[in-house]
Amino acid sequence: MSQQEIDQLVDQDYKYGFVTDIESDTLPPGLNEDVIREISTRKGEPEWLLEWRLEAYTKWLEMTPPEWAHLDYPPIDFQAISYFSAPKQQGDGPKSLDEVDPALIETYNKLGIPLEEQKMLAGVAVDAVFDSVSVVTTFKEKLHEAGVVFCPLSEAVHSHPELVKKFLGSVVPQNDNYYGALNSAVFSDGSFVYIPKGVRCPMELSTYFRINQQNTGQFERTLIVAEEGSYVSYLEGCTAPQRDENQLHAAVVELVAETDAEIKYSTVQNWFAGDDEGKGGIYNFVTKRGECRGDRAKISWTQLETGSAITWKYPSCVLKGADSVGEFYSVAVAGKKQQADTGTKMVHIGPRTRSTIISKGISTARGQNAYRGLVKVLPGAVDARNFTQCDSLLIGDQCGAHTFPYVEAQEPSAQLEHEATTSKVSDDQLFYLRTRGMSEEDALNMVVNGFCKEVFQKLPMEFAVEAEALLGITLEGAVG
Amino acid sequence: MLSIRNLHARVSDKPILKGINLEIGTGEIHAIMGPNGSGKSTLSSVLAGRDDYEVTDGEVIYMGQNLLDLEPEERAWAGVFLSFQYPVEIPGVKNIYLLKAAVNAIREHSGLPELRAGEFLKLVREKLKVMQIDESFLHRNVNEGFSGGEKKRNEILQMQLLEPTLALLDETDSGLDVDALRVVGEGINQMRSPERSVLLITHYQRLLDIVKPDFVHVLAHGEIKLSGDHTLAEKLEREGYEGIEAA
Repeated sequence: MSQQEIDQLVDQDYKYGFVTDIESDTLPPGLNEDVIREISTRKGEPEWLLEWRLEAYTKWLEMTPPEWAHLDYPPIDFQAISYFSAPKQQGDGPKSLDEVDPALIETYNKLGIPLEEQKMLAGVAVDAVFDSVSVVTTFKEKLHEAGVVFCPLSEAVHSHPELVKKFLGSVVPQNDNYYGALNSAVFSDGSFVYIPKGVRCPMELSTYFRINQQNTGQFERTLIVAEEGSYVSYLEGCTAPQRDENQLHAAVVELVAETDAEIKYSTVQNWFAGDDEGKGGIYNFVTKRGECRGDRAKISWTQLETGSAITWKYPSCVLKGADSVGEFYSVAVAGKKQQADTGTKMVHIGPRTRSTIISKGISTARGQNAYRGLVKVLPGAVDARNFTQCDSLLIGDQCGAHTFPYVEAQEPSAQLEHEATTSKVSDDQLFYLRTRGMSEEDALNMVVNGFCKEVFQKLPMEFAVEAEALLGITLEGAVG
Repeated sequence: MLSIRNLHARVSDKPILKGINLEIGTGEIHAIMGPNGSGKSTLSSVLAGRDDYEVTDGEVIYMGQNLLDLEPEERAWAGVFLSFQYPVEIPGVKNIYLLKAAVNAIREHSGLPELRAGEFLKLVREKLKVMQIDESFLHRNVNEGFSGGEKKRNEILQMQLLEPTLALLDETDSGLDVDALRVVGEGINQMRSPERSVLLITHYQRLLDIVKPDFVHVLAHGEIKLSGDHTLAEKLEREGYEGIEAA
């Protein structure tokens, strides 16, 4: 493929770039204690949560942004960002879809998320986050019967204060890192999931996030707690409208898995990546961490990252319980002028803890893709095991792939394996498939999907189909 | 069906084909033989559309159209098939997935409806039997870990499924043991039809004992030096290429 052909392939407008016209109730840009008090007041939060936010804010003020990542971007002006935005509603919020602003429903339809159909389609409950406030929650009844709590975090603060108080910040403390601290101070909303002891959640739980307001930082906060012997699969998918200003996103996701519990967390991320020069794309600084607190607990992160101008994200597992298991399956795509620095941390604390890391990085155009992973084995994690495989695929000759694996083993009985490959999509492969009647684009898709297969297999079925389609859209135009 | 006129091609300034002339009629099987480096594989690559080669002169007319103007996939849609000397591995892609995508891509461009999973499976099982290939083969990644013989059988399996009008078979016999050679040869014979033409590129006569060509050509130094019927192949087997190369 020539560079020109590659440029054409990568040069494609963002499919989901549109703006919904909904009146917004937005705070002016800027961050100080008063802003945090205002956020808390508008959300009608209890005093303890306001105090918690203010504590985080104080800590954040003393911190500095991390500079160790393989990323290059101008300093972010945190005073130029607005920290709260909510779609206007009448009364206490919609009781059913009929009460939801039709423009909002239209937005979801454009994104291919027909809520009406989803209500009927088996298996998927949707808690949709539009800007900062959750507006639609379905399937509550069925989940309620099973004893599962699935609601916006802002609602859980009132309906299940004791649970929120107990677990919020227990995996990612307020001062964990710069962006996590910012999130703790100003978090907008997100999902709260609680699976009681012995319950297998009867459906896949799903949340669609969207960023809509110009200059509005999004600070989702999600908390999932799986009690002893329970199981839940949670899906998160994101797209955002096209914007000229860089939009900051700093989410925190905390997972708690007790004894014999299993949490499967899947993400398809497709935020606006910016134009060919990286202008206008989302800055995505995410802290995701799960703790296997009990024996034999299991946490799996699976992600497809295709969007954002900057991705800074390391979904991690802290393996405390004996025989607990952590998994990380990732496909990260960096095209245009995107920069991704993503990977995972596996911290082995309990004996016989096991972790698997499969990372697939795809770079096209002028994209820069870095895998950064830490495998840490503490003394006492007897017979801990890790298997790490990171593969990089390059399309074209102006992109880059980088691998930064860190290993800290303090337990002599631990067994750690690391494999890494870097390959290019070869002209031979594309020619072979084209002689079989496939267009150059379809041929490229086939090669890339094959490269990603080990990860896509880990996604829930319907999500895997979406992931393949999204990957296709992302690479469209990469061949001409 | 295929008319190659004064075809010149080079790869990075090195001329490889120096004026090939060849007429292949409908339903005919032509064999091209020749020593290593004579340009045999270059010829099939140029005909299939690989862009590493630059055509510097001449033309190729296939069923009334200028073949060299078409992209590789357009040639496939028009009924041209290339069996690779070294089939390429596609990690993570199941063989059955490639086969189905290929069949449906070509059906789509022939105005035929897509084959549904059940119909496709029935068809592919039929062809597997002919090629004496185990069904587990379908679920392995394309050419990954295939033995030389398996790769070649897979190529002919694809030909059987795609039913091309013009099949270019590049050293399909290389790397095959006697049994595999017979299976592959029978697979080709089964595709013989008055509507289909085949260009067999080979080093040795042994495949030609099974697949009897109508014409045999000897390629050396980028030119066709000699043409004849299938007895020419036998003569070459006895006497070697030396005399011809010197000519």
